[in-house]
Amino acid sequence: MESVFGLVGKDFAIVAADTSAVHSILVHKTNEDKIMLLDSHKLMGASGETGDRAQFTEYIQKNVALYQFRNGIPLTTAAAANYTRGELATALRKNPYQVNIILAGYDKEIGPSIYYIDYIASCHKLDKAAFGYGSYFALAMMDRHYRRDMTIEEAIELVDKCIIEIRSRLVVAPPNFIIKIVDKDGAREYAWRQSIKDSPVPAA
Amino acid sequence: MMKIDLSGLEASAPIKGNTVDSRDEILGVPSFALPTTADFDGFQKAAVQMVKPAKGTTTLAFIFKDGVMVAADSRASMGGYISSQSVKKIIEINPYMLGTMAGGAADCQFWHRNLGIKCRLHELANKRRISVAGASKMLANILYSYRGMGLSVGTMIAGWDEKGPGLYYVDSEGGRLKGTRFSVGSGSPYAYGVLDSGYRFDMSVEEAAELARRSIYHATFRDGASGGVASVYHVGPNGWKKLSGDDVGELHYHYYPVEPTTVEQEMTEVAVA
Repeated sequence: MESVFGLVGKDFAIVAADTSAVHSILVHKTNEDKIMLLDSHKLMGASGETGDRAQFTEYIQKNVALYQFRNGIPLTTAAAANYTRGELATALRKNPYQVNIILAGYDKEIGPSIYYIDYIASCHKLDKAAFGYGSYFALAMMDRHYRRDMTIEEAIELVDKCIIEIRSRLVVAPPNFIIKIVDKDGAREYAWRQSIKDSPVPAA
Repeated sequence: MMKIDLSGLEASAPIKGNTVDSRDEILGVPSFALPTTADFDGFQKAAVQMVKPAKGTTTLAFIFKDGVMVAADSRASMGGYISSQSVKKIIEINPYMLGTMAGGAADCQFWHRNLGIKCRLHELANKRRISVAGASKMLANILYSYRGMGLSVGTMIAGWDEKGPGLYYVDSEGGRLKGTRFSVGSGSPYAYGVLDSGYRFDMSVEEAAELARRSIYHATFRDGASGGVASVYHVGPNGWKKLSGDDVGELHYHYYPVEPTTVEQEMTEVAVA
């Protein structure tokens, strides 16, 4: 079932997530991208109820874009994290969004960072974070093998270790994962880890 | 039945004169019957669910070389009772877009009709047809705005737009998924089994229609809440067309004809001495 995790490396941050869209016992889709590119240098990995996840992340993305458009400067990662937390906090006592978020970003002055934001609106700046059933395995794996000065290659190796552990130890393990990276050159898709292929949508 | 106590609502000025039994009906303390249960919300929810038809369903849709194939059964049930065997679960939103119906029949029908209106208005305002992505997102946003209020919709929006074939899964929890192969409803696990094993992208229209029909048939065979006729629609560049509607009972004898049973043991006449 849902697994989203991320870590901060030497001069970059990585977010990985499963790509399954599940409904009770049915897997509807195995190539659903749950990591949104928030802006040029921010990644938002989200887990939670499908509807809330899609609606909330898009809402944040558009508002971050609006801020940049109005003020001519982008939000820092810390500012985006606190804005997201605030939106979750105001919704919490009305109609809460069931979403947990790992926000990764890169700022020129600060460098890479990861923020752990959950649906009850707590916000923590961490080096490594994880949500969902896969978090138990990913957290232990990262606690054991993580270093603050990892290179991209070492970090990807660690992410792969986490994915392999989730696939082999979690009963309801998702087959496919997506890995995204953010560094000084921007946020981008890095790789897919697929054990089941979903037929791609063909262009007409 | 117990009666709810509404004595608190009694008029402050007491009713004058002798109240006779028959007058009591009109002038007495107003009251109405309540079900004898501690969990009233639960009772109300269960009651609504019981009278909400089309709970059990099998619908499917998939994209292939020549467009989108959409198929569904036609049974509506209210709990264990089959309330109809001839429901149109494939809703014609407009000539190039179809919606499928799973969950509450009224919710699906109403919101698909509503979507049809919005799509037509979009067409008139913008002088071009709405994309499948746009239409499905419109529906998803409406359903999301009613989340937690009891709507029950599980639908696929299939159509053809400027980008080619389009297929989206939309539900009342606000979920919206783009994909090439979906099945929704209580019979969907059975339909997926047949569909996944027989699917190829480069199928002909005939092959795809047969796969869709057969997937629905096998789902109706195992799922008690699905049945009736298996309808198959195809959406191509020039809009949708209904290809077939077959009684699944007849399909059964078509796929598995009755074989004459061989006699294993025969009684023989006892020879008269």
